[in-house]
Amino acid sequence: MLSTLPRTYTSKLQANLPVSPITVSELSAQLRSGEISSVELTQDYLQRIERSELNAFISVSADSALAEAQTADAKRAQGDDHPLLGIPVAHKDIFCIEGTLTTCGSKILHNFIAPYTATVIQNMQNQGLVSLGKTNMDEFAMGSSNENSYYGSVTNPWSSAGEQLVPGGSSGGSAAAVAAGLAPAATGTDTGGSIRQPAAFCNLTGLKPSYGRCSRYGMIAFASSLDQAGPLTHTAADAALLLNSMAGFDTRDATSLDTPAEDFTRHLDDSIDGLIIGMPSEFFSSDLDPEVASIVEAAIKSLESLGAIVKQVSLPNSHLALPSYYVIAPAEASSNLSRFDGVRYGHRAEQYTDLVDMYTRTRTEGFGDEVKRRIMIGTYALSSGYYDAYYAQAQKLRRLIADDFNSAFEQCDLIVGPTTPAPAFPHGSKTEDPVAMYLNDIFTIPANLAGLPAASTPAGFTKAGLPVGLHLIGPYLQEAKLLNAVHRYQQETDWHLRSAPGAAATESA
Amino acid sequence: MALDDKTILGIAQLARLAIPQQEVDRYRQELSGILELVAQMDACDTSAVQPMTHPFDATLRLRADEVTEIDQRDKFQSLAPAASDGLYLVPKVID
Amino acid sequence: MFTWDPRWEVVIGLEVHTQLRTQSKIFSGSSTSYGAAPNTQASAVDIALPGVLPVMNEAAARMAVKFGLAIGAHINRTNVFARKNYFYPDLPKGYQISQMDLPIVGLGNIDIETAEGSKTIGITRAHLEEDAGKSLHEDYQDATGIDLNRAGTPLLEIVSEPDMSSPAEAVAYLRKLHSLVQYIDICDGNMQEGSFRCDANVSVRPRGQTELGTRTELKNINSFRFVERAIEYEIERQIDILEDGGSVVQETRLYDADRHETRSMRSKEEAHDYRYFPDPDLPPMVLEESFIESVAATLPELPAAKKARFIEQFELSPADAELLTASRAVADWFEEVVTNSQADTKLIANWMSGELFAALNKAEVEIDQSPVSAGQFATLMNRITDETLSGKTAKQVFAALWDEGGDVDGIIEAKGLKQITDSGAIEKIVDEVIAACPDQVTQFKQGNNKVIGFLVGQVMQKSQGKANPQMVNKLLQEKISQ
Repeated sequence: MLSTLPRTYTSKLQANLPVSPITVSELSAQLRSGEISSVELTQDYLQRIERSELNAFISVSADSALAEAQTADAKRAQGDDHPLLGIPVAHKDIFCIEGTLTTCGSKILHNFIAPYTATVIQNMQNQGLVSLGKTNMDEFAMGSSNENSYYGSVTNPWSSAGEQLVPGGSSGGSAAAVAAGLAPAATGTDTGGSIRQPAAFCNLTGLKPSYGRCSRYGMIAFASSLDQAGPLTHTAADAALLLNSMAGFDTRDATSLDTPAEDFTRHLDDSIDGLIIGMPSEFFSSDLDPEVASIVEAAIKSLESLGAIVKQVSLPNSHLALPSYYVIAPAEASSNLSRFDGVRYGHRAEQYTDLVDMYTRTRTEGFGDEVKRRIMIGTYALSSGYYDAYYAQAQKLRRLIADDFNSAFEQCDLIVGPTTPAPAFPHGSKTEDPVAMYLNDIFTIPANLAGLPAASTPAGFTKAGLPVGLHLIGPYLQEAKLLNAVHRYQQETDWHLRSAPGAAATESA
Repeated sequence: MALDDKTILGIAQLARLAIPQQEVDRYRQELSGILELVAQMDACDTSAVQPMTHPFDATLRLRADEVTEIDQRDKFQSLAPAASDGLYLVPKVID
Repeated sequence: MFTWDPRWEVVIGLEVHTQLRTQSKIFSGSSTSYGAAPNTQASAVDIALPGVLPVMNEAAARMAVKFGLAIGAHINRTNVFARKNYFYPDLPKGYQISQMDLPIVGLGNIDIETAEGSKTIGITRAHLEEDAGKSLHEDYQDATGIDLNRAGTPLLEIVSEPDMSSPAEAVAYLRKLHSLVQYIDICDGNMQEGSFRCDANVSVRPRGQTELGTRTELKNINSFRFVERAIEYEIERQIDILEDGGSVVQETRLYDADRHETRSMRSKEEAHDYRYFPDPDLPPMVLEESFIESVAATLPELPAAKKARFIEQFELSPADAELLTASRAVADWFEEVVTNSQADTKLIANWMSGELFAALNKAEVEIDQSPVSAGQFATLMNRITDETLSGKTAKQVFAALWDEGGDVDGIIEAKGLKQITDSGAIEKIVDEVIAACPDQVTQFKQGNNKVIGFLVGQVMQKSQGKANPQMVNKLLQEKISQ
């Protein structure tokens, strides 16, 4: 089948440093035109991954990736013209893929070869996407810096020579991989900001869909009522394409939405003239890094120049989102992580005296510090006598927070603000203070609590050259409208087209 | 809200985690810090608010009563730390 | 009959776990059939692989609602699954999905028959939950084997009020419930296979005291007899402790049938804190009226209604009606006999509760496996009614039917059991007996009425049991008095 492709191909990717990142849409066009084959593309990405020193991947599936690429090329030769056929992607190591090491960033799953495939991955495989490997992440998706991985921390490709920066988390490996050109797109999951925050730190487009859009079956649970899968890409157009392949009703997930399939690219090019954009005063407090504030304000001006109308709105309970989240997420996690007991799969301690000792040693050895902290907090919050004060109270505040959004969306179409209070920080700078680390997610958490779709788009750089993200939140199920605004903004700006210094360094090696 | 050592060790025991004596202090500080953050919730009167357990107040879908699974024991048990004759093995349980 | 010092009052509440007879598990598509090789019916969901999710079985919800309707209970239109968190190797997720604050079935009640008459037992609630797997302790020296085939089997846990005040009442309630769940076809009732399991909460208090004594929970008692004996033992144990000035410890105890004693389950003594919270994987179950109506349409006539109808329609005594409606199969069998027979319903009731039930008990078979069909039984009743058979010969025919099969009239023919109702033939034998027993005839004439029995017996013997006893009696009296 490869014989149908041009034999004179030489990798443009290898030969010339790209001035701007290569998007899925561009690769899709090249695959369609026959300019490149999926096998060539896959080999090329595998070589880049091989050369990379960012530690973005926990495992690489070179053989199965090439086999999948061959199948894709064969299908292409038979006339299959799916836009994502043969596109290589990276998957966060939270998704089970049959026959593949699936660790969730934890020692407790260091030997876990998943015996089944997550629905999201299955959907993508059905459309012909090629899986390059599994990306690094904070253990069980708990973290905002990727420093909580048992498999080591990840370097942000935007780090300058002198200072190693974190890529954000928990989907830090996915973000670093895409930003460094090790994959044109990657999957992530977002419980409190784990797609959007690393997207902001790595100059990517990150989309958290509405809760229920993407099946959670096969995605290792952190906080079940908040977790949602989504893509990390360079552009909104790519995010829409990827979401098309990931989303869909799944009978295996009782919280999956039973809505008709939709094409998330359908509104990308619509005009945003007259779109009403809400600016909640609560997202622009004095705590916000002034450089971030001015970049975000400039981005909002760009949207205005496209015809959007800016309106002040209020989310009066948003300050309660972080405390509520740090009850709900650990509580659910403490229960979700009970299955890791050394009985049926995963790590089991080598020495123990009895059953309880086996459990305790297995879990104590298998979980890292942050995971243990959250299990402890969650166990405490659910324990007898504290349930009402903690869990029930947090669930009530959650309703108040969701109600705030409902009221706001009566006055505006989308809500904007900064994705993070500050840009990427150096390795080790926040690891000693859990609460300081948690504050990273202060703007992203409210959308998780309310189940709303939200995206981060590159919006500019600090004087030090670090990317800053603009955060947009949409009403429930309005991903297409959200992506429309981001896409129009990206048509007007070129922040998302800037390549990371780390990406160039990797390719010139 | 500060936690005492006894509470910390009690929680750890419920969660099947071991906390060595020299780490109890660290846990107390870290967990108390998180609970301080969480305590901001107390300021809000929610007596008239219904808890929101699911992000979009969905209701349960029911599935038809059909056997759809096949036997995959050998595949699943190849992952087990200890299994024999089709059983998962654990240290002797005394009732 | 078990008795105890009447200064003490006994308070018993039962928690009964009934396995619902669905095809597949409550939250997965695995088979629930019994007896498969270990872990061959344990799917990814049942063994709690990372990333798997539960999906609720509609049939389990229907069966729970059916039970609620059958006991006139409140059905919670919105009910919620919650996680009960604890570590145990037969509980793969580290939590059991159950219902806590909002169970599917709320308050209801069940009437039982006691020595003192009818009594109403309150049902606090009935909730859906998943069963755990099985721990096998015997097979290995230093290890316990875990079989997760049963993990995820749907259970309806039926919790009673502490309304029973003797072991006999507890058993009467348990039997009634056992019959009901089979009546409405939600449970196979097989206690050996664990489809119907009982925990008993038992406490005692000085008679007249209003507050309850400290209770103990007796776990996993798997037969009616053991329930009775376990509670009896526990009552004696608690009274002994209290009379010695001690106090009962609130704990879980296991009944050991071999030693007839209960003992503390030390491994369960550790303070439990189950940390219940609504399961985020399962949104609240909201039952539409149309759903509840569709379940109501499948409800059969319930035991109480059937019993009342049997008393009214068939003129049975309350005791006979109770016996014949104790199971749906027995009631259906009775009605089939009545339909196919001209015999008096009272005669049928007597024969079923006597000859048939004795034979069934002896052979340890259920009525639906009876070698004597309802149709043959109806013919047998007809032959008694039309006086072809006497009570005695009818028993011979029944025994032949049971042992060898065949049909009633064929057996009567083959064995020559047709009753002699020809008065000429009987008269001839009566004359022979009067001639042969002059002493007894004289005694009868002198007023010793009892001796007639001897003379009837002689005639019956000579007729090989085939003479109609009423006719013999009548002729003897007439002839001697002449």
